[in-house]
This record gives sequence, C-alpha cells and structure tokens, in this order.
Amino acid sequence: MGGWIYTIAFYVCAALLVASALGVLLLRNLFHAGLSLIAALFTMAALFILLGAEFVAGIQVLIYVGAIAVLILFAVMLTQRIAEEKVKRYTRALLPGLAVALALVIVMILVTTGLTGYGFTPFATEDTVGDIGKALLSTYVLPLEVISLLLLGALVGAIVLARKEEEK
Amino acid sequence: MHALFGWLNEKWTALIEWLGLPDFIVPAGQMVFDGICVAGFIAVLVLFLIWLERKISGHAQDRFGPMRVGWHGCIQTVADAIKLIQKEDIVPARADRWVYNVAPFVAFAPTVIAFVVIPFGDGVIVKDLNIGILYLFAITSFAVIAIVMGGWASNNKYALLGAFRSAAQLVSYEVPLVLSVLGVLMLAGTMRMGGIVEAQSSMWFIVYQPLGFLIYFVAATAEVNRTPFDIPEAEQELVAGFNVEYSGMKFAMFFLAEFANMFLVAAIATTLFLGGWKGPFQPYIPGEVWFLVKALGLTALIQVFRWTYPRLRVDQLMSFAWKLLLPLAFLNIIVTGLILVLR
Amino acid sequence: MTITPAHFIGLAFIIFAIGFLVVVVRKNAIAILMGVELMLNAVNLILLAFNRIHGTMELDGQVFAIFVIAVAAAEAVVGLALILAVYRSLGTVSIDDLSALKG
Repeated sequence: MGGWIYTIAFYVCAALLVASALGVLLLRNLFHAGLSLIAALFTMAALFILLGAEFVAGIQVLIYVGAIAVLILFAVMLTQRIAEEKVKRYTRALLPGLAVALALVIVMILVTTGLTGYGFTPFATEDTVGDIGKALLSTYVLPLEVISLLLLGALVGAIVLARKEEEK
Repeated sequence: MHALFGWLNEKWTALIEWLGLPDFIVPAGQMVFDGICVAGFIAVLVLFLIWLERKISGHAQDRFGPMRVGWHGCIQTVADAIKLIQKEDIVPARADRWVYNVAPFVAFAPTVIAFVVIPFGDGVIVKDLNIGILYLFAITSFAVIAIVMGGWASNNKYALLGAFRSAAQLVSYEVPLVLSVLGVLMLAGTMRMGGIVEAQSSMWFIVYQPLGFLIYFVAATAEVNRTPFDIPEAEQELVAGFNVEYSGMKFAMFFLAEFANMFLVAAIATTLFLGGWKGPFQPYIPGEVWFLVKALGLTALIQVFRWTYPRLRVDQLMSFAWKLLLPLAFLNIIVTGLILVLR
Repeated sequence: MTITPAHFIGLAFIIFAIGFLVVVVRKNAIAILMGVELMLNAVNLILLAFNRIHGTMELDGQVFAIFVIAVAAAEAVVGLALILAVYRSLGTVSIDDLSALKG
C-alpha cells in the first residue's frame, strides 16, 4: 500500500489533526475552539479514508460535522456573548492534568512500539460498504437494536431536558 | 464527450512522456484538469441559473426581467459580476475577522467538490466513489457550518438570528432528506452514483418511489434555503439573514454557492429518481443532454416555487419536518422493505 | 519510511491525550464536551487501524466505529441539553460555578 504519496498524505493529515486538536485545547474564544474541533473531525475523516474505511469516513462527516458540531456551535452561540469577555480558561487541575496526560502518552508510546512489526492487511472484498451492511444485520444485529434503543432514550431525554418548564 | 476526454488524456500522457517529466505528473495533471472542468462548468452554470431565476421571477410577475445587456438580458449576470468585483470589500468593525473571511470559502468549496460524483453521462463522471451518495450528503452538510460562521462572525443581530434559524432548519431537514433516499438505495443495492443510474435501465425509480421523490424534493428545497423555506434569509424579517454584512466578492461567493447548490440537489434528484443520463432516442440525443434537461427542469421548478408559495413561519417549518416529512420517510422505507422482501 | 498501522495508533494516542487534557483542564462545560468528542474519535481511529492489522475478511473494527459514532451522537445530544438546562437555571456554563452539591 502506498508509496511516498501515502506517506506525505499521512503526515500532512497527522499534523493538521494535532494542530486542530491543540486548537480545541488552547483557543480562548469558544467559538473558535468549536471550529477547530470541526477541522479536527474532518481531518480524522481523511485519516479514515487513508485506512480504507470510506464508509465510516462518510458517516463521520455526516454525523459529526453535519449534526454534532452544529449542535455544539449552536450551544456556544446560545451561551456566549457575541463579543466574549476574556476569562480564565483553565481550572486548577491544569498541572495535575498535564502530568496525567504526559504519563498517558508515555505509556501509550511504549504500547505502540510493540506494534510496529505489523503491516496493513488488504481487504478481502472490494464492496466494503455491502459487507458492513451484512455484518450489521447478521453478526451485530443485537448491538444494533441496543444502539437504536439508546438513541431513542437520548432523543426522549434531550427533549425532556431542553423544553421549557410549563406552568403547572 | 467520452471520446473527447479520452483523446485529451492520451495527448496529455504523450506530452509528459515527450517532455521527460516524472510519472506522477500524469495523474496530477488529470486532477488539475478535472478541477478546472468542474469549476468552469459551475461558473457557466451559475451565470445561466441567475439569469433564469430573474427571467422566471419577471414573467411570474408579468414583466420581462432583464432585457438590456445581450439578447433578452442573457449576459446581464456577467455585467453584475463585474460590478460585484469592483465593490469595496467591507469588514464590520467588531467582526471576528478570521471567521468572517473564511466563511464564504467554507460555503463554496464543498459545493465544488460535491460535483465530483455527479454522473453527467455514461462515464462522464470525475470519480465514481463507492460511497457516492453518502459522500454527497456528508460534504453538503458543510453548508450549515458556513452559514453559522458567517452569521456569528458578522457581529450583527440579524445575521445571528439568520444563522440560528438556518442551523435549526438545515439540521432538521437533513434527516428526512437522507431517509427519503434510502428507498432508492434499497432498490438499487449500491451507493455508487453510476450504479444507481444503471439500475434504472428498465424503469425510473420515481415510478417505484413517488413518495420518496416528493419527500426528497421538499426537503432539498429546504436544504438550499429556497422559498417557501427561506426563513434563514427572509428579506422582510431579517434584511437578508446571515449574509447581511457581506459585500463584493465574498457576497458573490455565498450567492454562487447557493445557486450551485440548487442545481446540485436537482442533479441528485435526477440521478436517483429520474434515470440520470438515460432517456429515449439515446444514440441521437446524447445522455449529457438528457441529464442537463432533467436537472435544469427540476431547478426551474424550484425557482417557480418561489413565486407560488408563501413563506412558512419558523414553528410551521419545524413541525412540518418532524411531524410530517419524517414519519412519511419512515413509512416509505418500511413499505419499500416489505415489498422487496415479499416480492 | 512506510506507514504502518502503528503510526495511526500512535497518532490516535496523542489525540486521546489532548482530548483528555481538554476534559480535565478547560473551564467551560461545552469545551469539555468537545474534549470527549476528541477522545471518542481517537478511539475510532484505533479501532479502524486494528481492523487493518487484524482481519482480512472481517470488518468488525469498522462496525464498532459506527457504533461508537452512534453513542457519541447520543452523548452529545444529552450533554448539550443538560448544559443548556444548567445555563437556563444558573446563567453560567463554567464548571467552577457548578458547586451546589459540594459539602
């Protein structure tokens, strides 16, 4: 798989992804952080395509960018003043958080070095989309139903939480 | 058409070999050429669509519309474009400059790359992706991000209200839009745009999916912010909605994206429900002509809607999407599935 | 240098750590939700990378990634509804001010 175009594509996407993820962490303006999150989610979809998962990439953009990110921006617009005052961004947990994150990265790097021996295995079929559909409706039919129940619960819960208190 | 592209391709490959340049220039050059083709097509198309819109508006109101520049005003839009380029590019004093400047591009770019999977004729498609229709819906969902960015960054209450309305409307109508297409995908058994057209060789899918087509067309009209669903930019209430503060070329880009999107949803409807490039007298009338005739006909229909229906209120709009279109879309899926299983 | 699935997994770890930092460190409840989305996405990337290491026939990793995206959607919807409810009653979404349950 690959050649040097693939390598360049991976590193460009990786750099963009890390940069936009850092944007979510560092940007003072919450709306900008939300846009940075959108950039991160979109670059993530590009990485999914590099992994040969076009269907998941399509779902990723459709659900995350088209729905979740819009909801987040919506919430930002509802709760922030347009010209936001400069407030403190970080909680007291800054230093402990940094320490834990660093420890996390170190442990994970140790784990990753054990995996470098593996290469890409090619897909058996061309029609990955069809195979995902078959897997969802045969092997994974029970999880699928549970997920739909979960979504229904989330839908009802969100409506109950979000609607205005009616006069009793 | 096909032959022309094949010939160009051959010449290009030969040229690169003759110049002794490395191999990867060949696909790179083809990509650039594809990009230029798509962008050029969109530019010409939008010029035509704006003229069509003004003509239809004019005749619907018992007047002629533009008549002065060119035959029946046919190059009026070019004159308007030149005027727009000359205009001063104003950025509001307390606007969020970065977001404000990027928003028009976020609106325009997805529209252009969406055209990549539109099958204009047999084999006349830039890239027939195996997730074709999903790619289209995914990439066009960026429109709402652009509107929210533009509305928020303008620092203007009308723009912000327009952005709010638009976010709510587009997210709501996206649901019936996607669901209405599922019936077609079940019939065709593929998401590939070319494959969907091929599956309609014997009969157009609108015959099997009349309800799906209706839901799709209504939801698509809402997705491109056309009357009767143009609440995000209602002139009388919001001045112009999210793009009040935009001027010059940035306004032109929003405008361009809007018209290109209108053709895009008509082209998707043509591909999914009206048999794409298929039509009678096939060898004599090329498939590309059939495709353009159908898609432009649907576009003109959307433009006629504007002068036929009054604008909905926000609450009507929402209850229409969630209480009528969505259950109907589910019903369509269930009935289609039942028939496919029992047949 | 050829790219292996390990590269993707390493990248996913970095994103996970950044998402974790966002959750732990930022003050705004909406920003915390963004951090959770980043972490879920990092997990998806790992699932897809392992899918390429593991099976030639199976697409289990992709199916799991789709489930994760569905759960993320549910989480975001309920989370944002909660945040808006809190904002309506308290007028703030800064988690430092949400200390009514503190003894």
